[in-house]
Amino acid sequence: MTALAPSLPQRLGLRMSLAARGVDTLTLLMLPAAAFLLLLFVYPFLYGLWISFQPKEGGAFANYGRFFSDPFLYDTIWSTLRLALPVTLVNLLIAVPIALRVRLMRRQRVLTTILVIPITLGTVLVAQGLLNYLGPQGWFNRTLMAAHLISSPVRLLHNYWGVFLSLLITGLPFTFLLTLSYVSGVDPALENAAATLGAGAPSRFRTILLPLLLPGLAITFCLSFVQAFSVFPSAVLLGAPSGPTRVISLAAYEAAFEQYDYGLASAIAMIMGAVQLGVVVVVLAGRGLLYRGASGGKG
Amino acid sequence: MVQRPSWLARLWVTAVWALVGFFILNLFAMIATVVLDSFASRWLGTWLPLGWTTRWYGSAWDEFQLGDVLIVTFEAVFLVVLISGLLGVPAAYALARRDFPGKRLVMLLFLLPLLIPPITYGIPMATVLYQAGFAGSLSGVVMANLVPTVPFVVLVMIPFIEQIDPRIEAAARVFGANTPRLFLHVLLPLLLPGVLAALLLVLVRTIAMFELTFLTAGPTSQTLVVALYYAVFAAGVRAVQSIDAMAVIYMATTLVWLVLALRFVNPTQIVGRAKRA
Repeated sequence: MTALAPSLPQRLGLRMSLAARGVDTLTLLMLPAAAFLLLLFVYPFLYGLWISFQPKEGGAFANYGRFFSDPFLYDTIWSTLRLALPVTLVNLLIAVPIALRVRLMRRQRVLTTILVIPITLGTVLVAQGLLNYLGPQGWFNRTLMAAHLISSPVRLLHNYWGVFLSLLITGLPFTFLLTLSYVSGVDPALENAAATLGAGAPSRFRTILLPLLLPGLAITFCLSFVQAFSVFPSAVLLGAPSGPTRVISLAAYEAAFEQYDYGLASAIAMIMGAVQLGVVVVVLAGRGLLYRGASGGKG
Repeated sequence: MVQRPSWLARLWVTAVWALVGFFILNLFAMIATVVLDSFASRWLGTWLPLGWTTRWYGSAWDEFQLGDVLIVTFEAVFLVVLISGLLGVPAAYALARRDFPGKRLVMLLFLLPLLIPPITYGIPMATVLYQAGFAGSLSGVVMANLVPTVPFVVLVMIPFIEQIDPRIEAAARVFGANTPRLFLHVLLPLLLPGVLAALLLVLVRTIAMFELTFLTAGPTSQTLVVALYYAVFAAGVRAVQSIDAMAVIYMATTLVWLVLALRFVNPTQIVGRAKRA
């Protein structure tokens, strides 16, 4: 500041013009928090990007070249997408009808409180719970066998389905609560008007609710997908971490903390971020193609 | 609501509620197996355990050094809550009260750590923390956990501060209150409910934050959730009941604070952090 303002009148002038634009001592209160994030969020990201181009051996792109030439590494993109996309879609398809029903309830709080529990407990606890519950001697298989639906226990652990179900248990409440906040934002009068004009429930949904909800649902899809794509503990504990559920975050973790190749680990983290961003961009662009016009007012 | 109670509509409603019921039933059954197993003397191939005991809690406490782990957990969580409050609340106040050039960029800076999953930014961040010598100790764990919690406090507090009328502060100024008195007698009492709610949510999230703690913790700075992960990972070394006893202790520590937090906030706020996105 002092370097900018050599004499007192000028300094006052600078101060006042800054204050007129909204910059004064009060504004500076945000500096510690912003500086902290620059240091521990933005800088590590840039540093990671930089060291990903500084491989242990080879040219600048050797880390990326290695990732895309080794099936053990590049297959992780596919195996993670194979988990995250269906789970996100299923979560959204279940969450929307439930949210549309729950918004009509007066006492939503009991339900939302119950659904917040799995989110709060987190993936590690859900993994341990599912290890008990879905195991060959667990209640789930026992119930199915007692009901004579199956003759021998279904194998739901240490394969694709274990991870899928754990992502369903933690992901569905997350998707539902986000959807509910968008669904509650739609004015019920619009639907009532359509009903008065004789529209049935399916056509009310298609012509009134869906266009209004689409922007919110697209964002919900993106947030849920990004969460599912970064699955880590449940893929190790409930999946087959050396086989079909070798997810991309596991590959990055192994590169960093088992091979101590931070360049490769950062390259994998960057690729992970790029794939997430790619899907988000595709979804948001698709939303723009499907529907143009005023959004639900949450934009 | 105008509704035609056709059988199709009723079937649809029933199906939706059946789905909700099925999900909640499975959720509770899953939690119940953990709790029951932690009190089971032996549970193999039957619907319920053969006998009951509390000895697994003692053995889990000793085997996993839960005393130390709990102390580390509370130290880390306390520091994270304190520092994210000290950094986040003033920043939220500045952002709620002032409009300045580049504000959108600053908002983006506070939004990104909440939108990007921890494991994506955690690996480069852990690398930096290891090279700076912080990772592997409590300070590294605290720093890593602050990355999502500071923006969380900021984004929860901004709407809360915006709904406080700035004329109240102006009135206090007119009556001659200086900045410390204004803060102590006017702002603090007004902000306290919001700060309390935000910090309780930070507390719950930090106890359950696995990825960032996992990437930065050393052997002496493991929090409860990371210790639980290692125990489940090495299943077979210890009795399952012992791991389940630890899981119950973890659940209890998390849910106590969740119940407390829910007295002040709406459950949707726990995920609805990115509403403005």
